[in-house]
Order: sequence, then structure tokens, then C-alpha cells
Amino acid sequence: MILALLLITLLILASAAVAMVLRNLIHSALLLVLSWCGIAAFYLWAGAEFVAFAQILVYVGAISMVVLFAVLLTRPARDAELSVPAVTVLRVAAGLMAAGMVASILGLAVLTTRFSGAATRAPQLTVKDLGALLAGPHAAALLVTGVILTVALLGAVLIAAPAPAPRPEDHS
Amino acid sequence: MTPLTLCLLLSCGLFSVGLAAALTRGNAILVLLGVELMLNAANLNFIAFWRFSGGPASTGVVFVLFSLAVAAAEAAVGLALVIAVYRHQQSIRLQDAVRLKG
Repeated sequence: MILALLLITLLILASAAVAMVLRNLIHSALLLVLSWCGIAAFYLWAGAEFVAFAQILVYVGAISMVVLFAVLLTRPARDAELSVPAVTVLRVAAGLMAAGMVASILGLAVLTTRFSGAATRAPQLTVKDLGALLAGPHAAALLVTGVILTVALLGAVLIAAPAPAPRPEDHS
Repeated sequence: MTPLTLCLLLSCGLFSVGLAAALTRGNAILVLLGVELMLNAANLNFIAFWRFSGGPASTGVVFVLFSLAVAAAEAAVGLALVIAVYRHQQSIRLQDAVRLKG
């Protein structure tokens, strides 16, 4: 069990780190899909099957497509380089240092904390329970999330749509 | 090392990778993907604590579901903004995007 967790950890971290270092945007996006699959595998390992398949649907299915389309739509020319221009060394060093400090602080906090009562058995949560929870105590939150999704997608279409061509009567 | 510690270290590492990407890369799409990685790290924590808390509470799973929905909305709006910026500036380098209206 711990071996599987170690393998999943290696998969997630390695593919995410390599994706963020690569110069080719398409390769980065595809490696991130692998990382998101690893996260879904972690959810499966933890016993949250519904969340795992939701993760695959949302991230591997939807967000990856949106990212790939955005990469291809923002290419200057059909045969242009997909590579990312380099940033200054100072900025990279400062960013890496900040991220390293955050990682060490968080890691030390995790390693020095004693968590009480680690359960050996996964809690049982069927899809039926989840549906009852979403339709009962969390129904208001579910409705608000639906409104947020609708408004956000309408806004995304409005922002990304090309500006309408000026009508002739506007100029006269 | 208990499995819970390992899970938390995994999410800590994923958060740091996302933070490093968001801070160092100049490409707007990669910065957005770094933010997505950080969101995923938070979701990992919710599931890890739900799995190892041992209690009957299932708030962690429900919260992750809502977080997934909001992350999808955020990605859609963010990439639409990237496309709008590209239409104005013909570039998605964040250093070039210095004007609000162009």
C-alpha cells in the first residue's frame, strides 16, 4: 500500500516538475495531463472513487482540451515556434528560492507535527451517500456552484469572442 | 513515516512546483497551469485528511467536488482572458501585458 503511494507520488511530482521546466508548451500540457491522471490515481488509492472519476472528467477531459486549444490559438503563426521565451536569471532564481522556502517550511511543519489516530481502514462513502449529502445538507452550495459555473462560462465566451465588426450606420 | 505524512509531503511538493512555475515562467498559460497545480495540491490535502481522519465526516470529499467545479470555471475564464490578451498584444508574455486597455 505504501509502495503504491510512493509510485503515485513519484509519477505526480516528476511529471509536474518536468512539465514546468520544458520549453515546448504542447509537451508541457500533455505531461500535466499525466500528472492529473496521477492525482486521480491517488484519489482511487485513498478510496474516493467518485472524486477520482470527476477529476478525470474535469481535468483530463475538459481542462486539458481548453489548455491545448488556448496554446494553439495563441500561436503567432501556423509554423511558429511553440517554445517559451526565456526569462531573466534573476527572476528564475528568486522564484525558485521563494518556492524552495515555502516547500521547506511546509515540509518541516508536516514532519514535526504529530497526527493523532491514523485510521488504517478507508471510510466508507458510497455514491448514494454522496448524492444524499449533495441534495440534502449541501443543496444550497450545489446551486451556488451551478450559478458560478454558468456565469463563468458565459463570461468566458463573452471575453474570448472577437469584437463585433462596426456596422456601417455607426460611421455615417 | 505514516502514509498521512507522505500524502501531506506529496501535496506540499506539488504546491511548491506550482508556485515555482507561477513565479518563474513568463508565459500566461504556464502561470495559469501552475495555479491549477496549487489547487490540486489543496484537493490532495482534503482527501488525505478525509481518508486518515477515521471519523464519519465526509466534508472533505464534498469540498473537493465543489473545488473541482470552481477550478473548471477558473480555468475557462483564465484561458479566455489569455486569448483576449493575445488578441490585443499579439503575445502572451506577461511582461508585455502592461496595459489594461489596448
